[in-house]
Amino acid sequence: MAKLFAVLVAFITIVSTAIFVAHTWWLPPDISVVGPSIDSQLLETMVAAGVLFVVSQFTLALFVWRVSDERKERPIRRFPGGATPLVVLATALVGIEVLALSLVGSKIWYNTFLAPVPANALKVDVQAGQFAFYFRYPGPDGTFGTPHPDKIDEGAGNFFGLDPANDIDARDDIVTAELAVPVNRPILLTMHAKDVSHSFYVPELRLQQDFVPGLVIPLHFTATQVAKTEIVCTQLCGLGHYNMKTYLEVMSAADFDKWLKDQAAQQ
Amino acid sequence: MMRTFAILGVALLSASAPAPYMAGSVTGTITFTGTPPKMKPIDMAKEPSCAKQHATPIETENVVTGPNNALQYVVIYVSAGDQGSETPATPVHLDQKGCQYIPHVVVMHTAQSLEIANNDQTSHNIHPLPTKNPEWNKSQPPGSPPIVTKYENADFIPVKCNVHPWMHGYHIVLATSHFGVSGNDGTYTISGLPPGKYTLTAWHEKFGTMTQDVTVGAQPAKADFQFKATPY
Amino acid sequence: MTTVSTPPPVAHHHGPPTRFIQKYIFSTDHKVIGKQYLGLALVAVTTGMVLSWYMRFHLAFPDAKAPGLGLITPEQYLQLMTMHGTIMVFFVLTTAPFAGFGNFFLPIHVGAEDMPFPHFNMMSFWVTLTAFLVLVTSFVVPEGPALAGWTAYAPLSAVGSGSGPGEGLGQTLWAISIAIFCIGQLLGGLNFICTVLDMRTKGLSLARLPYVTWAWFITSVIGLIAFSVLLPACILLILDRVAGTSFFIPAGLVVNDRLLNHAGGSPLLWQHLFWFFGHPEVYIAILPGFGIISTIMPAFARKPLLGPRVLIGCMAAIGFLSYTVWGHHMFLSGMNPTSAMGFSIPTLIITIPATIATLLWIGTLYGSRYRFTTAGLFCLGFISVFVTGGLSGFFLAQPSIDTYLHATYFVVAHFHFVMAVAAIFGIFAGTYFWFPKMFGRMMNETLGKWHFALTFTGVYGVFMPMHYLGLAGNVRRYSSFPAEYMGQALPLHRWITVAALFTGAVQLIFLYNLIRSRFAGEPAPDNPWEATSLEWSTSSPPPFDNFGGRHLVVSHGPDEYAVKGPRGDYIMQADPP
Repeated sequence: MAKLFAVLVAFITIVSTAIFVAHTWWLPPDISVVGPSIDSQLLETMVAAGVLFVVSQFTLALFVWRVSDERKERPIRRFPGGATPLVVLATALVGIEVLALSLVGSKIWYNTFLAPVPANALKVDVQAGQFAFYFRYPGPDGTFGTPHPDKIDEGAGNFFGLDPANDIDARDDIVTAELAVPVNRPILLTMHAKDVSHSFYVPELRLQQDFVPGLVIPLHFTATQVAKTEIVCTQLCGLGHYNMKTYLEVMSAADFDKWLKDQAAQQ
Repeated sequence: MMRTFAILGVALLSASAPAPYMAGSVTGTITFTGTPPKMKPIDMAKEPSCAKQHATPIETENVVTGPNNALQYVVIYVSAGDQGSETPATPVHLDQKGCQYIPHVVVMHTAQSLEIANNDQTSHNIHPLPTKNPEWNKSQPPGSPPIVTKYENADFIPVKCNVHPWMHGYHIVLATSHFGVSGNDGTYTISGLPPGKYTLTAWHEKFGTMTQDVTVGAQPAKADFQFKATPY
Repeated sequence: MTTVSTPPPVAHHHGPPTRFIQKYIFSTDHKVIGKQYLGLALVAVTTGMVLSWYMRFHLAFPDAKAPGLGLITPEQYLQLMTMHGTIMVFFVLTTAPFAGFGNFFLPIHVGAEDMPFPHFNMMSFWVTLTAFLVLVTSFVVPEGPALAGWTAYAPLSAVGSGSGPGEGLGQTLWAISIAIFCIGQLLGGLNFICTVLDMRTKGLSLARLPYVTWAWFITSVIGLIAFSVLLPACILLILDRVAGTSFFIPAGLVVNDRLLNHAGGSPLLWQHLFWFFGHPEVYIAILPGFGIISTIMPAFARKPLLGPRVLIGCMAAIGFLSYTVWGHHMFLSGMNPTSAMGFSIPTLIITIPATIATLLWIGTLYGSRYRFTTAGLFCLGFISVFVTGGLSGFFLAQPSIDTYLHATYFVVAHFHFVMAVAAIFGIFAGTYFWFPKMFGRMMNETLGKWHFALTFTGVYGVFMPMHYLGLAGNVRRYSSFPAEYMGQALPLHRWITVAALFTGAVQLIFLYNLIRSRFAGEPAPDNPWEATSLEWSTSSPPPFDNFGGRHLVVSHGPDEYAVKGPRGDYIMQADPP
């Protein structure tokens, strides 16, 4: 039984590590400015964790194998050096790794969530509600109309509760069901939630942020490649959570301008 | 002698029976003045299986207009003067196809059976928001049998799909079986009305209600309604 | 450490109960209470597992009719998921390893006849059972059970049935049940702390306490603080739902076409309150497992634990640090991003005592004469799965990586490995180890070994693939996967479902073994494992007052193995000096 266990541990370790290394199921290619740094952080963590995984599981398997013969009379041996070298090893190893990862990681985190937004960012207003995302571009006047929750009328396509009868700024707002953005331009999303908490997740952008009712949360990113990817909700919001999704379309500047004009005509 | 009695008997019987061939009807055309709001195309990006069913996107249906300023989906019904009516035994059908409620407005009698089918590849979640009936909310995965339900009380019930925010419709529950719904040309017909004076109410989901008195006789009566449309 | 010189206070001199109700139902005997908790945990884990089978069935075959439920709707899936999580975390992982074994053995480990407040103890079980019954009632109310997850984030959990099916009475019952549960745990934890501090027998210094007793003690302290925060949070949630308050609901929310008239509340407040409890809670779930492994391994290794004081220090450090990390569940929640780094660093630092503890266990294995009994095997399995689960936490602790992995199956893999697998392995180890003492009969070792081998393989088959799903961006809490990029994951989900159903079926071996051994197992001697702590110095099962009128004097530490003793290679704690 003991030897079987040791073999099992070794086998499971090898197979699972191999699948990680083979990237059979893996992250999609990133299309974001912060993507490469996040991916290298992830890879470094994966290598460190992978090494620790293999070493500790194999050590366990090896030690089990070595004491697996219950019938053999052998002297009890204390781990050389006792507990002290293990404490030192664990503290040093983990401590250094923690320090390194935190230092590098905090820079990446800063770039994603704390860095100031470039002045030429394209502003898009985003509303998440059970169970769809809607986006709003400010239109030629460059200002967003005021959303009024009591005026939301989804059957009429007024998802933001705009009041164009009385609010001039709202008249040229462009409301869309997909997020189109020009490539290589900073985008600033202002996120609000209509009813409960939701979240915005685009794996290719390596980006995720919750929508919180009562808060307007800014989120910025810059897409580096023309692509069409999915946006999905990742914060449990009710029965339709699994189907709350739309598309992000990164386009050339010219295509984006055309798209925006087409959308404006449909308002 | 026996033959006379027989003829007399038949004549008496036929005189006392109701005379359906004598029942009247009301027809009319519903139009609007002013500028109605523009109907917006619906982007079904979140539901590709529905999006691809529409070569050109369908439009919102809260104000559907037709030729010559016709107004569709107006429900015209007898609101006073009715002698009472029975709940029909046949069910009313509502379909969900291409992530749309078909028809947009479905009218039924109180306690009449309503069958709601899901003919899409996605789950729908029917959520009526009644004021005079209990509220309910049911998911209908693809492949499940039609939901069969009914409303006991007269009500004008907005209905939405919880999963697809653009899907909106109405369940109109009336205490009369004398009603009609205007088509895209704006016309409607209410038939089977015994002669008499009635009040008709016309209801539109955005432009409100209007009433009109009408007298039904041997000829079909006429009752047109003209709503005031506003762009917002 | 100095030995205790004053005689212990004697709790109560009450004779054994004679009436059936006092003996088996409303008993103040800590041993009966312990078994009642274990029985509740067994019912709960079976319920929780069946719920997970339905979940996995739906994920693998979304269009198929589940046996007994038919086509599972999206809200039913979320209800299954919510109840699965709630039942497992609260009624299995917080009861069995802590209230179950703890109630039975803690007083015996300290050489006492009972706990200082036996009636509080009895109440704590009945309150916990009431909480379970209230929760289970939500299955039969009109709109069904809650569906906001075991985490019950507001406003979804706070706005009431307006937000959809599963948010009606079921969610209110959820909050009531958890509030009641908190009360039960506060009553129980109090007893544990007082027993350890005040009821130790002569010679039993704190340094000589068995490691599992230390674990129960630290867990009780953690629990006292954590449950004290969850209880008011649940009350505020109930008030928002039924009394029109707005603790967690801001203004301007439109739910199902209706503008709510709440104002002024904060959804983040719920998250802070919940996770301030929630993170210590997961250490409440695992620390008794640490203690169990640390107590059982020396008995089967036939050598003392490597670094005993270090281990106790690690458990205490984990307990303390557990209060500093709760925000790592909230990196992307909308709280100030700067605080994310503040939470990330202690989260990464907690890895250190956890790593040290793991190394100490592996170091204890080194050079041992290990007896590979079922209990001993589960200890080794614990080490393997805890390493796996802990390492995935390393990723999630870093906010920049969590930006990608949050709310994916990577998180599901992580917490299942540390809770559903490691903590459960701790419970299995404890069961196989203590069953003879509790019931006076041995469990069947052959069945036990089959149970171990198949379960160990099975759990890796179920949960290791979830890491891959997470890396591919597969989102959690989805009842199915219509998003195009997730379609590629379906074969992997099918594999996981098969593995889960297989592993679930294997537990029938354990269940059969439990029941059969209870009634027809080999009679157990006083000390079948040749172990040292005080429970092995009394009969199997122990008499009503635990030691048959004796007041044992402790002269030895808890793991004196590999020494020449009166019976062989060990000296028991109660042996003469």
